[in-house]
Amino acid sequence: MSLMKRMSLIFRSKANSAMDRAEDPRETLDYSYARQVELLSKVRRGVADVATSRKRVELQVAQLVAQENKLTEQAQKALSMGREDLAREALTRKSALAGQVGDLRAQQAQLQGEEEKLTLASQRLQAKVESFRTKKETIKASYTAAEASTRINEAFSGISEEMGDVGLAVQRAEDKTAQMQARAGAIDELIASGALDDASSINRGDDISRELDAMSSDSDVESELAALKAGTSGQSAPQSIESGDSTAPAELTAEQSEPQKQEGQS
Amino acid sequence: MIIRILAEGQLEVPDSELAALNELDAGVENAVESGDVDGFTEALAGLLTAVRAAGTPLPDDSLEDSDLILPPADATIDEVRALLNDDGLIPG
Repeated sequence: MSLMKRMSLIFRSKANSAMDRAEDPRETLDYSYARQVELLSKVRRGVADVATSRKRVELQVAQLVAQENKLTEQAQKALSMGREDLAREALTRKSALAGQVGDLRAQQAQLQGEEEKLTLASQRLQAKVESFRTKKETIKASYTAAEASTRINEAFSGISEEMGDVGLAVQRAEDKTAQMQARAGAIDELIASGALDDASSINRGDDISRELDAMSSDSDVESELAALKAGTSGQSAPQSIESGDSTAPAELTAEQSEPQKQEGQS
Repeated sequence: MIIRILAEGQLEVPDSELAALNELDAGVENAVESGDVDGFTEALAGLLTAVRAAGTPLPDDSLEDSDLILPPADATIDEVRALLNDDGLIPG
């Protein structure tokens, strides 16, 4: 038998076994409706869960890209200071990060796809549940239990199949999300441990940064000192002219404040 | 004839297309039977493409049973085997 036929028979047997349970066939309508509403909220939760995972991966991508940019800056800085060895080290680490970023972007796209599929599934299911509810009310209002059964079979067709389909989609999305969450958790731990700052040698800390900082703080001190020297020689003349006038009132206020302080203390 | 592609929805497909679709379907089935993973991926994609091309989507609020049901586009060969063996993959 063909694959398509076999799959549809399996779905149908599931739907029939769900229907056989009730005594008054009209009760099965309410029972099924309750299950449909339940499934609908499950799909919506599924959409929200997948969205949360996607956002988490997006955040990780942003963190790793920021780290890549930092390493590029470090490489530039190192080169400008004539330290090609440090620049090479920074770029090596950056290339190790690129693999992680590519992997995460692929996950992000996959989660996005799942999210879109589930969103569409929830829209379809909602339309069918609405449609079923209308039929259900009509059947309950117009038919006796004996008369209702064929109508009920009609109402059930399609919706049980849809529920099987949607239920399967939610399950698959959950499985995929769970796998990715495990990997995302591992990457969160890596980011937190600082190991990704230093992809080529775990636990040594960000030594490129430290060395560049040390070099640049030395050169910063020198350049600031030079700026100060240049500044003081240029500004010394006007400062000394002003000081003649300004010292007197400053001393006055200091003298005036002395007794006030003593009053306050006593 | 109504065909459901799991995770995508239902399509109304003219009966005249059935012979061609059955041929593609046999290709998928053979790949599943022989465990040919690459062949399966290719055959399933071919079958789904043909169904999508030949069919018109049913409105969302329609409540009709499908005559035929097909696996989701991203299904693996193992998933299809499990679906066919009915070992609990379909909820309900």
